Amino acid sequence: MFSKQALKAGLISLLLFLAFIGAWSLATHQKEGPAASGADAEYAALMGKGAEKTSGFPPPAKVGEAFVTYLSDPFYDKGPNDKGIGIQLAHSLGRVGLGFFLAVVVALPLGFVIGQSPLLFQAFNPFIQILKPISPLAWMPLALYSLKDSDVSGIFVIFICSLWPMLINTAFGVAAVRRDWINVARTLEVAPLRKAFLVILPAAAPTILTGMRISMGIAWLVIVAAEMLVGGTGIGYFVWNEWNNLALPNVIFAVVMIGLVGMLLDQLFGLLQKAVTYRE
Amino acid sequence: MTTHFLSVEGLKKAYPGTTTPVFENIHFGIDKGEFVCIIGHSGCGKTTILNVLAGLEEASAGGVIMDGREVAGPSLDRGVVFQSHALMPWMSVLANVAFAVKSKWPDWSKAKIAEHSTRYLEMVGLGHAIHKKPAELSGGMKQRVGIARAFAIEPKMLLLDEPFGALDALTRGTIQDELLKIVQATHQTVFMITHDVDEAILLADKVILMSNGPLAKIAEIVEITMPRDRTRSEMHHDPQFYRIRNHLVDFLVNRSKGYAGSDAALLHDAKHPPVVRPGLASDEPPPSDNSRPILKQVVNQ
Ligand SMILES: Nc1ncnc2c1ncn2[C@@H]1O[C@H](COP(=O)(O)OP(=O)(O)OP(=O)(O)O)[C@@H](O)[C@H]1O
Ligand SMILES: [Mg+2]
Repeated sequence: MFSKQALKAGLISLLLFLAFIGAWSLATHQKEGPAASGADAEYAALMGKGAEKTSGFPPPAKVGEAFVTYLSDPFYDKGPNDKGIGIQLAHSLGRVGLGFFLAVVVALPLGFVIGQSPLLFQAFNPFIQILKPISPLAWMPLALYSLKDSDVSGIFVIFICSLWPMLINTAFGVAAVRRDWINVARTLEVAPLRKAFLVILPAAAPTILTGMRISMGIAWLVIVAAEMLVGGTGIGYFVWNEWNNLALPNVIFAVVMIGLVGMLLDQLFGLLQKAVTYRE
Repeated sequence: MTTHFLSVEGLKKAYPGTTTPVFENIHFGIDKGEFVCIIGHSGCGKTTILNVLAGLEEASAGGVIMDGREVAGPSLDRGVVFQSHALMPWMSVLANVAFAVKSKWPDWSKAKIAEHSTRYLEMVGLGHAIHKKPAELSGGMKQRVGIARAFAIEPKMLLLDEPFGALDALTRGTIQDELLKIVQATHQTVFMITHDVDEAILLADKVILMSNGPLAKIAEIVEITMPRDRTRSEMHHDPQFYRIRNHLVDFLVNRSKGYAGSDAALLHDAKHPPVVRPGLASDEPPPSDNSRPILKQVVNQ
């Protein structure tokens, strides 16, 4: 029953994909030639390179070519502006990983403390409420000024955007641990650290992991924008660079890769979430 | 001045933000090896008293002395079985008990902890389920794990808050039998809350009757004078059984309200609540409303 439905759904997905490619192919086929507007041509002439790629929106075949070229050699490195997609993604993932890790290091202990003390919860709450809705990119000028390094600033931006969902969820998860479990630990005279790791942490883990999953989603959204701003390396810079080259097939390729990696990250956290979820 | 193993003296509890205390001037004692049940209507403060005995809740006045020492905070000397079993769902049955055992004896080896925990789980008939998660157990089995966990730390005293409240009558009976066996074998000192009059008569050496709250009092202490080797299937053949049962039910149905308010304080000495032995009062004329048949009565439903 289930597998039958899965099969049908897969078939429909495939049809949708083919229909999309077909429509795309049709649309770009008609537009070829006249679609290259004057501005585009001028811009291409100005740039002096990538001229042959500016003839309108690329057809699927062109994008397919980009997929083949980049995926056949993902890890080449030919200078600062020409690296394989694998290397660019690795740079982005490295920044996200580091910023995220720093956020975990801060959010978990702080969330634990705040969650266990209603007084601190209330005291911290106004700051969290104000800081949470700030777009992480708004921190960028301050980061660049005070940290004086574009790479570190990117990591800081990831840190700051990952922090809030994790902090809030940890605090809520810890505050909501069942009174009974705490009382069991109390009657057993369990030492504070043992209680934190063996009772509170596992009890709050599903909520904490939900926060982490949200954080990771936001971090992956933000890294692309951040790398467009600070440049250098990374998938965001790659997109920006290819746009400057007017190499739209490469941009589309990169956009799809961003989506794929984002999905994989989300699924990874989905698995982790499942692993710590308990049934009562 | 007192020779009890545990003595409760002048206990009073008023929750913050409330004006009338839940109860006050509560005095009673429990001897070593004694099984004491407390019965009273919902909301009279039974759980509150138990939590104070456990050290989980602070008294507003008065105190509890156990084995010569004042109770100040929770302790491994007092094992608690919670009404809602309170098992940690992310741990296996064995790990739940082992967690408690390791808390009591941190120096024990892993193997010794597992062996000790398994022994107590076997005692409650769960030897086959030690690797299951609590979610895979029935309500009765979960409650047994809770009991095994409390017994496994070999506390000086056990506190049970309506441990069988959520179970069906059949399961309840089986576990009562098990508890009876274990307690008779270990001579554990037990304080237990129950709503079930038959359960109290089966298990207890004495039953504390609590009047309705607020300002609940200990109305009476009923000694269960039936021989200690009672069983669930035999005990109703004892002529004492119905006398005791009628006395308890009569209290819950008719008399428990009469103690509310301060005027009741004049009627009896809170420090020495009357101790009665209805089982021995052979030819006492039965109260009028005892002539109708009394079905199995579980109060507070
Ligand atoms: N944390 C609390 N804050 C304020 N009032 C409370 C609190 N806990 C209990 N009470 C009140 O104290 C009274 C006694 O509660 P308690 O839980 O001890 O009753 P109980 O005899 O155990 O009832 P039940 O048989 O229903 O379990 C109740 O009126 C309840 O509303
Ligand atoms: Mg209660």
